[in-house]
Amino acid sequence: MFVYFLRRLILVMPVAFGVSVICFMLVQIAPGDPLTAIMPVDATAEQQAAMRAAYGLDKPLPVQYVVWVGNLIQGDMGRSIATGRPVADEVFGAVQNSLLLAVSAAIIAFPIGVLLGFVAGYFRDTILDRIVTAISIAGVSVPNYWLGIVLVIIFSVNLGWLPSMGAGPGGSQDWSWNWSHLRHLILPAATLAVVPIGIVARTVRALAGDILSMDFVLALYAKGMSRGDVIRHVARNAAATALSVMGLQLGYLLGGSILIETVFNWPGSGYLLSNAIFQRDLPLLQGTILVLALFFVAMNLVVDVAQAAIDPRIKRT
Amino acid sequence: MRDWKHGFLAITLVAGASFAGTANAQGTLRIGMTAADIPLTTGQTDQGGEGMRFIGYTLYDPLVSWDLLSADRPSELVPGLATEWSVNEDDQTVWTFKLREGVTFHDGSPFTAETAVWNFDKLLDESSEQYDPRQSAQGRSRIPTVESYRAIDEYTLEITTTEPDATLPYQLSWILMSSQANWEALDKDWERVAQEPSGTGPWQMETFVPRERAEMVPFKDYWDAERVPQLDSMILIPLPEPNARSAALLSGQVDWIEAPAPDTIPAMEGNGFVISSNTYPHNWTWHLSRLDGSPWNDINVRKAANLAIDREGMGALLGGLMVPAEGFLPPSSNWFGEPEFEVRYDPEAAKELLAEAGYGPDNRLAVKALISPSGSGQMLPLPMNEYVQQNLAAIGIDVEFSVVEWNQMINLWRAGAADPAVEGAESINFSYFVQDPFTGLIRHLSCDLIAPDGTNWGHYCDPEMQALFEEIQTTFDVEAQNEVLRRTHEKYVDDALFLMVAHDVAPRALSPRVEGYVQAQNWFQNFSSITMTD
Repeated sequence: MFVYFLRRLILVMPVAFGVSVICFMLVQIAPGDPLTAIMPVDATAEQQAAMRAAYGLDKPLPVQYVVWVGNLIQGDMGRSIATGRPVADEVFGAVQNSLLLAVSAAIIAFPIGVLLGFVAGYFRDTILDRIVTAISIAGVSVPNYWLGIVLVIIFSVNLGWLPSMGAGPGGSQDWSWNWSHLRHLILPAATLAVVPIGIVARTVRALAGDILSMDFVLALYAKGMSRGDVIRHVARNAAATALSVMGLQLGYLLGGSILIETVFNWPGSGYLLSNAIFQRDLPLLQGTILVLALFFVAMNLVVDVAQAAIDPRIKRT
Repeated sequence: MRDWKHGFLAITLVAGASFAGTANAQGTLRIGMTAADIPLTTGQTDQGGEGMRFIGYTLYDPLVSWDLLSADRPSELVPGLATEWSVNEDDQTVWTFKLREGVTFHDGSPFTAETAVWNFDKLLDESSEQYDPRQSAQGRSRIPTVESYRAIDEYTLEITTTEPDATLPYQLSWILMSSQANWEALDKDWERVAQEPSGTGPWQMETFVPRERAEMVPFKDYWDAERVPQLDSMILIPLPEPNARSAALLSGQVDWIEAPAPDTIPAMEGNGFVISSNTYPHNWTWHLSRLDGSPWNDINVRKAANLAIDREGMGALLGGLMVPAEGFLPPSSNWFGEPEFEVRYDPEAAKELLAEAGYGPDNRLAVKALISPSGSGQMLPLPMNEYVQQNLAAIGIDVEFSVVEWNQMINLWRAGAADPAVEGAESINFSYFVQDPFTGLIRHLSCDLIAPDGTNWGHYCDPEMQALFEEIQTTFDVEAQNEVLRRTHEKYVDDALFLMVAHDVAPRALSPRVEGYVQAQNWFQNFSSITMTD
């Protein structure tokens, strides 16, 4: 197991390098000048050149990349062009907020998705299966920012039960699980959970159906095993894949929630990313993308290792 | 504990109010801004007019300020930290400013002429210890003719300009005074000052969480008794998404939002919310290219386009939240004058003018326009531009759009019409701040400021207009200067130098609990008169 982990860890290195190159290059090829936000509207050519030199943007791209990576290795992600604040402070604060949202969404999505999928798989081709399938397709298909707006209209504007925006009382979110904080979490987390519910349900349905039709299930029944025990065996066989799907979803939830965080004004990484894009804040953009991408890589690693731990057949293949 | 703190704060404020004899602390006002972040808090703000409105004129004061107390007339300059100013009769590049005595910063340090000099250095003197590139980027271009400055005595400041410039008082209304003592106490670190700013303004910072909120409380020792805030506190919350802003207001999480989405306004009004708006110095235009070969060089084409726009129809599209343009400045402006060319909707007259220019049904004119899908002050650029496109098509002008993201649009605006990146576009849709002579009029058309050396995007250069600009800058009597400004604007309109479409009305939606707000005809506003009812 340790050797498997080590092998996977070594494989992460070139991936991380590739990710850093792509992060750096992607934002370089986008149109627009990153210094627009802070330069006087009528800055002379000399002033613009001086500003570019001050931020190191006058150097060739490979040199800029080497300087950037060198600083990264020393833990320096630079300073935001728009605000002057350290990028690391901005990104890690935002990632923490997004992680809280993503974990909350996963806590909602995983059991519901698994339950729905298992029910549909177990009762395949029945009315129950069709209802669950319709729910999961709807979950995957409905634009979740639209759903967020609808939930806000119902639960915030009309009923006044839950706040429509912000991450917590007083503005800032933390990991306090009291009612005041939970109230701010419920709507964005529920909205964010809808897509993974659909994906997990569909995956588990397919898996459960396949496993139930396998010979070993017949053999279990033939041995006189109870329905509950058989379900436990099926669940064990399906767990690794379901976990893998959910793990990848957590990565998507963290990085792919720009619209949800915008709708709910949630100060997370998606929201930060959209601000960085609109302000063409190069260091902030690079830092945010890099951290999210590396998180995704790390999630893949964790999922692979967890899968291997659950299902020993995986590390042999 | 929290209640105890609030109670203590209330008692303190009431005590302070009694002492000052004017304040009457009442409630908390929560504002949803359109900005994505709290504007720069160190002194010179970013985020344009919104930054100056919420952080600039609340925490800080300029030497020369704006009258923000009335809604029924255009705002004029009034004394701020300077009580009076005059230009040297023998040398019109030398100005003397008498500073207000007894003004203190929030940290208790006094405001003096030395502090003012220190503040100019923070923007203009790159060798000074306090030079701040971030504030300089926001402030330097606002005072382009300031050459030097010195303290004559404790309360007298002298400023010398590179050339006679009668617009200096307007320029100085942009320059905000930060506390030197606070900067020194915070290890001369502007990043720390951002967390704990200190100005002389009517509000002082209580809590600052970047990108999330800024909470301000009244400064009980504020020098202007009329502007000591009556609220307990005011909270700024960045809410850039219009639907999120509207939902936050409707669900009672904020009490005030900037720029509500037009289609949410009926629901707000139906629920008792107040939509406040007023004319203010802002316009929404197409800035036209005057390079060789541009069809906009023909005055008949420019006038035809201006006559083709159905501004009443566009007003309906925007839920009534615009003033139809009659010129480059709003009709209520002191500097509107009496132009001969009437900007109105007259498609038949437009077709005739276009025919005179050689275009007609069989020879339609094709133009290319740069537009952005969003942007500060751009109102609703996509539907508005499509409306303009339809109107122009109706008289024989076919418009092809080149749509670029707002940040890139600013780059292309700076680059000017001749830059290859513009790809031959003959106009750019840009909304303008038109509150002072330089920012409002001079910088768009001055021969000295042709892009990329300035913001004259269209490369326009006309000796007669240039003479008017010079007259504005050398006319020191305010009334006489206003007269020159009127003549300048008349030329803007009579020569149809822009496609003049609309003026924004700065709509904001308020909870019915908000009382005492008077919306000044200005980009900046006074929050001190506001109270909250239960």
